[in-house]
Amino acid sequence: METKNIIIVGVGGQGSLLASKILGHLLLNEGFDVKVSEVHGMSQRGGSVITYVRFGDKVYSPVVDKGQADFIVSFEILETARWLSYLKAGGQIVTNTQQIDPMPVITGAAEYPSNLVEKIRAQGIKIDAMDCLTLARQAGSQKAVNIVLLGRLSHYFDIAEASWQNSLKANVPPKFLEINQKAFELGKNFSD
Amino acid sequence: MKELMLGNKALARGLWEAGVKFVSSYPGTPSTEITEEAVKFDDIYCEWAPNEKVAMESAFGASLAGRRAFCGQKHVGLNVAADPLFTLSYTGVNAGLVAVVADDAGMHSSQNEQDSRHYAIAAKVPMLEPSDSAEALNFAKLAYEISETYDTPVLIKMCTRVAHSQSVVETGERVEVSKAYEKNIAKYVMMPGNAKRRHPIVEERTKKLIEFAETTPINRVEFFTDELGIITSSTCYQYVKEVFGEGASVLKLGMINPLPVELIKNFAAKVKRLVVVEELDPIIENHVKSLGLKVEGSNLLPRIDEFSQNLIAEAFGKTIPNSTFPIPNCPPRPPVMCAGCPHRGLFYSLKKRKCTVLGDIGCYTLGAVPPLSTIELTLCMGASIGATHGFNKMLGKESESKTVAVIGDSTFMHSGMTGLANVAYNQSNSTVIILDNSITGMTGHQQNPSTGFNIKGDPAGKIDLEALCRSMGIKRVRVVDPYNLKECDAAIKEELAAQEPSVIISRRPCALLKTVKHKPPLYVDKDKCIGCKSCMKIGCPAISMRNEELGIRNYNDAKAIPHSSFLIPNSAKAVVDQTQCVGCGVCSQLCPKKAFASTKEA
Repeated sequence: METKNIIIVGVGGQGSLLASKILGHLLLNEGFDVKVSEVHGMSQRGGSVITYVRFGDKVYSPVVDKGQADFIVSFEILETARWLSYLKAGGQIVTNTQQIDPMPVITGAAEYPSNLVEKIRAQGIKIDAMDCLTLARQAGSQKAVNIVLLGRLSHYFDIAEASWQNSLKANVPPKFLEINQKAFELGKNFSD
Repeated sequence: MKELMLGNKALARGLWEAGVKFVSSYPGTPSTEITEEAVKFDDIYCEWAPNEKVAMESAFGASLAGRRAFCGQKHVGLNVAADPLFTLSYTGVNAGLVAVVADDAGMHSSQNEQDSRHYAIAAKVPMLEPSDSAEALNFAKLAYEISETYDTPVLIKMCTRVAHSQSVVETGERVEVSKAYEKNIAKYVMMPGNAKRRHPIVEERTKKLIEFAETTPINRVEFFTDELGIITSSTCYQYVKEVFGEGASVLKLGMINPLPVELIKNFAAKVKRLVVVEELDPIIENHVKSLGLKVEGSNLLPRIDEFSQNLIAEAFGKTIPNSTFPIPNCPPRPPVMCAGCPHRGLFYSLKKRKCTVLGDIGCYTLGAVPPLSTIELTLCMGASIGATHGFNKMLGKESESKTVAVIGDSTFMHSGMTGLANVAYNQSNSTVIILDNSITGMTGHQQNPSTGFNIKGDPAGKIDLEALCRSMGIKRVRVVDPYNLKECDAAIKEELAAQEPSVIISRRPCALLKTVKHKPPLYVDKDKCIGCKSCMKIGCPAISMRNEELGIRNYNDAKAIPHSSFLIPNSAKAVVDQTQCVGCGVCSQLCPKKAFASTKEA
């Protein structure tokens, strides 16, 4: 199988490390060669962050380059727009519609672009956009945004539900499992 | 067992399997997790040292005692540890001694992108360079064999993409190694007479290591075609394989110092075109040239930043995938001080007093970005104090009354103490602010000698910063709470005016520490807020100005938050993001209308 590429983007501190951990666990169990590349250190302090997940028969480079991502999984809509150039032609976006103002917007030096989902869709790009924060709160914790997104991503994968559940269970603390399972379902079954 | 493992964790696993008993490191991205993972093995003693030099010396002490030992650091950390390294090359080791140096091409979290391979060459020690997690694990084990066989410390060079990428590893079992210590003055006492006798041994060792490099399986040829031969190592190997597959023959070097000679000559003889693909400096390329071979590299590839598969594909004239047209005018999202960061209040006070702030390495470097834009220098660990001393000595009263050094607690322990000794000894009228957030912050919360806890979180020796500064001869030492702006302002004003050196300790634990209990988040009373933006001067990511005319954002979010003043028509008012606010109250001290209130009291 040709190597498939996912990038997970968001704002430092939003929980993308857990999302990539669960994906890595899942894909390895499905028998793929997997590489996951993370960012630590300064960029984690509220900056724009990107995590790369690659899987296939044999994966070499640990990073995804521009025009290569089969999927963009995004925690924040401005970040979706920022990393758009990484999407492969025909690739799919799964994104949270939440907006977190970057410092230049907070200080008034820049404006937060409006109607990003519509602008992206107008380019003929497949974008699945949802308010993950509200769904996560429905599940019981605003921190479960990452699992809502994974639930939605699972919709596009030909991998058994039981395998996803297994990887969820293996990577979240038992006391938060129920909330996360609910968040996964809410994401998976979301419809516009 | 097959597992997906972070490069740094795999390296730590390799240390454990190699029978390592002692690890001493100073944290630094991208090397930190090696030591954080090693500490999870009960049969390895692990510690955070005050700096990399002490870590390497301690690790050598353990090696001398006959136990396999390790220290890990980032590239600039090896600058600090270079002093012991260069002479350890002469003394050699007893039990194996291995040091990791983790480079950061692309400067994801560093102040420069120096190429650490120069150290291996200059110190005449072998250097291994893994290209994924499996090699990180295996090379760690091999490094100990090389160290003991050739009586030398061994460097392993990691880079961000190997250190912070997860790939598949197969784990093994631990071996136990221990040797007896024997007194050997000629080997270990490096006074000139002895050192003169050790240097030829070092040169002989390099010759033997070149022979090793010719045949070791970690330097391997993958021959597919005679059209193109690429010599490469580390993560560049992965990019080359990604781009060329079987379209190029590859000489993959796992050991990059010393470099083989015959292996390279033989490979070169088999291919029509020879190219070296390496990040940063042309070290392999220059070696190949020195053998009289025709080689390309620098003519095709940049000598700055990290590479990627697209970069290499383009350099070789291959087409790269079309990328989707990006959305124009996306505002950048630079890293910022977190909501509730204790540094914020102090930086606000420094900005208000128009101070010249000479900074240091840590989260507080973010005091240089808007809207605070306060820090005017960031160089290396500890430089804030030395630079302030020199600055004040030259400019006198003019700068003494407005210049401060700011340095974190961990950085002060690392390299700030000696700078303060210079201030005290050579009597500059300097003001030093120690930002004591009771942890090493930027690298992800490591303990240090001033926190009172060791690497495992158990109670440990605790250095009393106030007593330490006083004992150095600084008479004016005071502690302020950075959440209290009035207190900060008064302290800065008085200490800058004082006609002698002073230290202000700005003490408040990092807001991200799990042990810190936060107050309930604040909200803005929409009737009181006059939209003056006074609260925006501190650059808190939890506060923004909202106006319905700009379009409703996060409508669902706003509805879900109690007390939200999100939907006020026609005038921009301050809004607190309650998912971020930790109730520190710095903003409310700036509000002329007392519009901020606690969600708990409402």
